[in-house]
Amino acid sequence: MKPAAPRPALLRTDGIGLRCEAGGFHVDPWKPSPCAVITHAHADHARRGSHRYIAHHDSVPILRHRLGQDIVIEGRGYDEPFAMGEATVSLHPAGHVLGSAQVRVEAGGEVWVVSGDYKRDHDPTCRAFAPVACDVFITECTFGLPIYRWPEPRVVADELNAWWRDMRAQQRTCVLYAYSLGKAQRLLAHLDPSIGPIALHPAIDDITTLYRAAGVALPESVRFVKEIVKDLRGGAMVLIPPSAAGAEALAALGPVSDASASGWMRTRASRRWRSYDRGFVMSDHADWPGLLRTIEEIGAKRIGVTHGTVKPFVRYLNEKGYDAFPIDTAYNADETEGAA
Amino acid sequence: MRRFSQLYRELDGSTRTSEKHAALVRYFREVDDEDGAWAVALFTGRRPKRGVPHRLMREAASEVTGVPEWLIRVCQESVGDNSETIALLLPPPAHEPDELSLAQMIESVVMPLRTMPDHEKTDVLKRRWASMPEDERYVLHKLIAGGMRVGVQQRSIARALSEVASDESVDAAVIEHRLSGVWSPTAAAFGALLAAYDDSEAGARPYPFFLASPIEDDAVESLGAPDEWIAERKWDGVRAQLIHREGLTTLWSRGDEPMTDAFPELVQLGSLFPAGTVLDGEVLAYDERPLPFTSLQKRILRKQKEVMLFDDVPVVFMVYDLLEHEHTDLRARPLRQRLELLDELLHAFEQRHGTPRHLRRSLVVPFDGWDQLTHERARSRAMNVEGLMLKRLESPYRTGRVRGDWWKWKVEPYTIDAVLVYAQLGSGKRATRFTDYTFALWDRDPGQDGAELLPFAKAYSGLSNREIEAVDAKIRASIVGKKGPVRVVEPTMVFEIAFEGLQRSDRHKAGIALRFPRMARWRTDKAIGQADTLGTLEALLPEERV
Repeated sequence: MKPAAPRPALLRTDGIGLRCEAGGFHVDPWKPSPCAVITHAHADHARRGSHRYIAHHDSVPILRHRLGQDIVIEGRGYDEPFAMGEATVSLHPAGHVLGSAQVRVEAGGEVWVVSGDYKRDHDPTCRAFAPVACDVFITECTFGLPIYRWPEPRVVADELNAWWRDMRAQQRTCVLYAYSLGKAQRLLAHLDPSIGPIALHPAIDDITTLYRAAGVALPESVRFVKEIVKDLRGGAMVLIPPSAAGAEALAALGPVSDASASGWMRTRASRRWRSYDRGFVMSDHADWPGLLRTIEEIGAKRIGVTHGTVKPFVRYLNEKGYDAFPIDTAYNADETEGAA
Repeated sequence: MRRFSQLYRELDGSTRTSEKHAALVRYFREVDDEDGAWAVALFTGRRPKRGVPHRLMREAASEVTGVPEWLIRVCQESVGDNSETIALLLPPPAHEPDELSLAQMIESVVMPLRTMPDHEKTDVLKRRWASMPEDERYVLHKLIAGGMRVGVQQRSIARALSEVASDESVDAAVIEHRLSGVWSPTAAAFGALLAAYDDSEAGARPYPFFLASPIEDDAVESLGAPDEWIAERKWDGVRAQLIHREGLTTLWSRGDEPMTDAFPELVQLGSLFPAGTVLDGEVLAYDERPLPFTSLQKRILRKQKEVMLFDDVPVVFMVYDLLEHEHTDLRARPLRQRLELLDELLHAFEQRHGTPRHLRRSLVVPFDGWDQLTHERARSRAMNVEGLMLKRLESPYRTGRVRGDWWKWKVEPYTIDAVLVYAQLGSGKRATRFTDYTFALWDRDPGQDGAELLPFAKAYSGLSNREIEAVDAKIRASIVGKKGPVRVVEPTMVFEIAFEGLQRSDRHKAGIALRFPRMARWRTDKAIGQADTLGTLEALLPEERV
């Protein structure tokens, strides 16, 4: 008997992005597409130039802020299926940043889910990841090595505030490097505002305003502008995107202690690389146990792997009895905006 | 063990010398003498011999975690450190931590490992892992396998201990001297380190060195009247003081490190001088003329156990200053006088002991005008020296790097434009980035048919972190092949490679070995067709000596 002809893949990369033929759209295309379904607003997933965008309601203001107010964009809620060509599509919480979504695609009796970036740890600034049953699960694996295991966010938050208190006692200003979308707001939510003033770099402040408007409760903060630097010296907490390191206003802060909060801080080499005074392990991506737990919960036997340590993760899953395969995408696995 | 792990974390987590110092002082104040002694031993390179090979550690970790060994190896590549990788992999401890002290951990767990059969080693490891938090496991692995890199030198330890010592007479130099040579980590030895200074220990200690500052070509003329200055060759060796006081002869390098064990023939030489003599100079590999610095390195690295072999790399003490004569500190006297006394001393020495095999006087280079000196400097390469030293005749012997009286006028490095062809991940904090590169030159004019790139040198220093990140990203995007840990990169990037010297070498593919090659600049303005040829490099070779 001849084996059944393999079904055509519901999603495959075509040089523009992860394309759904049946639905006539791309998920997170890296080149302009007629229709882009966006998992979240980080720069490597949401690029300019597509004719039409679809994303979760909470992502819409952020995408407009980043890609331009004039983009054509539709907001959708979580768990609300809608038709796209011959496919039925729905968005589901991914727990990565505000408005981040997994994309569920159903067509021809098959269900695929694209995870986008996701995490399983608690994050007060966004909806928790929800496992969605499917035939094929396309997972990211930024931290797809067993050395990546995150401590409890609560424990890290305590370390963070303890560092701030120590530095305030030494009359040093804390400079905490964090990506302007997601990580910065998550850290802000964990800071104890009774310790001192919190200032946000304009890039972070802009996004934070959108978070507050979406109803996310966050401690009070001020915008980090030159005029207020003198009020911050010797004990404030200043959140800065890594790209703004070396900014003029920073020099005016006087003695500082600087730190980074990301999953990469788990290894000594990364902590030492930039010579930060402190490195806090807090990531918006799933750690190794988180990835394995998610794949197990979802129950899919076929696993597409992208975005990170793809090769070893595919091999590991195949040895565990899954049918895992690599998917070549153009998302950054490095320490660029949003990645850690 | 918990306290020592905390210290380790503090030292490792800080880039500030003052914080490291404070952490060390707190540690030494809080722990008992045994744990103090072991910390001193570990940070001064006196660790127990490796008890468990990495392979065995990896096997045990694989059994405990269920992570296959191939995946542990992938993790190691990404982490860059075996001890850390395994500490990161292990699940949280199953039991409450036990409270072994550092000394107990080393003496009753780590040291006995060496003589155990493999399966027992594995059992001990697994038992320890089950009752240790992550950071303590990491330190345990370092105790077993070595490689503690926390940026603490013997000097920092000595400084911390001198602060802990109750007696004011115990300064850092005294402690460093006490730590030189064989030192066993026992409570008694630790107590002795901190004990009050006793005159009978004699001042086998060096004076703080006077260091020259670099000077640029065009600044030399502005130094004033040439007859107020002397010029000497700048020797390519290790700066040192040879000290003989009260029957004790020592040789100290500039880093305040005793080199007494590494150069017994120089100590023997020093002992022939009258008591109360301190000579300042350079330890130099020398056989009728200075030998390349690499020969000297062999001697330094070899240390005491292999002194039998020292005849193959002959060394001399190239003396150029006299700091103490007949127990009198001469440092406040002008250089002119010190040199006169030095000449008298050397003359008397020769009268008594004949021409010494291991001593040379650094001769003054005569000159009338600065122009003439420019010519002398140009001869530096041919003489295997680094350039010229300019010293003001009326200058006292100052402390540290004080500008004005002593200048070093180095020769310009050679430079050549080369193409990056292979890359390798770095180590330590560079472990996650491609930082170690191999460079190639064209075998003929790149315009000609069949022109090929020939690898000729490796370099890994000279770029800023920001540049490394940019180069790293470019490398990742252009890897075309793999040879073990080495990645073959599509040739697109041109770098200006600077180096101090070159010689023919059979061990190198291109037939030439460079001295201290590093990246001077990333030539983003150049295409690979504009890189240099091997012929350009060969033209720089010094004339063959027959």
